Amino acid sequence: MAVYVVRRFGAVLLIMVAMSVLVFLATHALPSNAAALILGQYSTPETQAALEHKLGFDLPLPVQYWHWARGILEGDIGQSLDQERPVAPMLWDAFGRSAILALSSLAVVAVLGLSLGVVAAVWRGRWPDHAASVLTYFGVSLPEFYWGLVFILVFCSTFHLLPSSGYANLSDGFGGFVAHLVLPVATLTLAFLAHVTRLTRSSMIEALESMYVKVARARGLPERLVILRHALRNALIPSITVLAQDFGFLIGGIVAVETVFAYPGLGRLLVEALQRQDLPVMQAAILVLTGVYCLANLAADLLYAVVNPRIRYGGSVG
Amino acid sequence: MAARLAELAAAQVLRHQRLPAALIVGGVLVIALIVIAALAQWIAPYPYDQMHIRDRFSPPSVHYLAGTDEYGRDVFSRLLYGSQLSLVLGVSATLISMGIGVPLGLIAGYRRGATDELIMRMLDLMLAFPPILLVLLILAVTPPSLMKTAIAIGVLAVAPIARVTRSVALDLMSGEFIEAARARGERLHYMLMRELLPNVWPVLMVEASLRVVFAVLLGAVLSFLGFGVQPPAADWGLMISNGRAFADTAPWISLAPGIALSITVIAVSLVGDGLREVLDPKLGGR
Repeated sequence: MAVYVVRRFGAVLLIMVAMSVLVFLATHALPSNAAALILGQYSTPETQAALEHKLGFDLPLPVQYWHWARGILEGDIGQSLDQERPVAPMLWDAFGRSAILALSSLAVVAVLGLSLGVVAAVWRGRWPDHAASVLTYFGVSLPEFYWGLVFILVFCSTFHLLPSSGYANLSDGFGGFVAHLVLPVATLTLAFLAHVTRLTRSSMIEALESMYVKVARARGLPERLVILRHALRNALIPSITVLAQDFGFLIGGIVAVETVFAYPGLGRLLVEALQRQDLPVMQAAILVLTGVYCLANLAADLLYAVVNPRIRYGGSVG
Repeated sequence: MAARLAELAAAQVLRHQRLPAALIVGGVLVIALIVIAALAQWIAPYPYDQMHIRDRFSPPSVHYLAGTDEYGRDVFSRLLYGSQLSLVLGVSATLISMGIGVPLGLIAGYRRGATDELIMRMLDLMLAFPPILLVLLILAVTPPSLMKTAIAIGVLAVAPIARVTRSVALDLMSGEFIEAARARGERLHYMLMRELLPNVWPVLMVEASLRVVFAVLLGAVLSFLGFGVQPPAADWGLMISNGRAFADTAPWISLAPGIALSITVIAVSLVGDGLREVLDPKLGGR
């Protein structure tokens, strides 16, 4: 197990380095000239060249990469070209807000997905099962941003129940904080509910048909106990690993959902940086998101290894 | 290839089993979509970029079936034209990922050993990168175009396609027909294309339908964020994004393309579900 963990950590580091090279190269392939962008319409070739020199854009690429990577490792992420302030505080504020959004969505998906899956399995082929499958089908047949838009139309424009966009600090009151979170979380939940629900349903059906459930029933245990204590406990294992995997995909969903709800998180920061070609912000946001994605995948793999002894002891999975 | 599926479906009919309803409904819808996309120029009431300045923000009516947008363009006509972009994107992205993924999977499954190991590790590496971020990065730093979006989305799906192909190919390798072909001394090319591919194909069709759905949805997200097809193209994701500013007063501008998008996605998913049932009737009730 220890060897496996070390190897997986090594892989994460390798991917982070590869991603940093990719991000660096991609941002240097930008069509626009960063110096011209900063200086605005009154720039001349001379001032552009001077600024490029100051920013180190005239050095050879590997040297530039080295300066950049060393800066990041030393904790200096750089200045936003667009807003002319350090990237780090912008990044951490946005990261915190995205984490709140992602973790609360994950919690709702877990609770709702597991319960829907169990309900669908227990009442298989009857209306609760069909209702759950219709709900999950709805979620996956449209992109998340569209559901976000529909929610805004219904709950904000028509009924004026909730704020349509933005974010409120917890320190300014619990009500406003929650109200701003409800719709983004609901949107992300709808998009990610299907996977967990379907998996829980099928592993629950398998568990309910198993020998140990039959034995438990034969012993005359109440059905509620059979379902919750015997079947569910075994059916949970695959669902939990899928939840950890989905967390990685949640990051992709967050980019679109934060844009729809003007939620000031990492996803929106990234989209705006891409639109304004704000290199330092772009690079930092992508690296942070990549790190979170890799760590989420790592957590999913380790969790899977913990519950599945074949992987723990076999050396074939890299 | 498709002939093999038709064969399977025909066999099912001959065995007096009904074709799955999902396949029939989905198939009809998909064919209708293809016809609409092909004939958009002729059946659309107006050109997709024709502005009717007096009729801006008209609600749906007999003249404008799905209303008009902020320039007075007919939303319904733009929906019809938009089906072309969505279908072209979905199909070409899937063709790209299958064009790379299927040969990789076949070789990995056929050769096994070190070749297999090398290819699978490469695919693991591809999967380790956060998918959307790479696509966003590529599209943001280069001028956008439909084909570039298709390539970026297509490359994303290479790994899953290659994995499915490999696992099916590995299963087939123990078959007697492979042994027979080997005994005849057939070449690598023949083994892959004539022996393995036709048998892998039905499973790939199911996977392909999933990939088309994925590509259409991701394409919509990308153009919604502004990194896909550029205005004034009648792209559904773009239309939803443009309509957002007027959602309070003219919700049809962004609601209508969403409905078109969901019909497309549900149609292709139904075909995929139906195909899976034809291939493995046991799955039906699960």
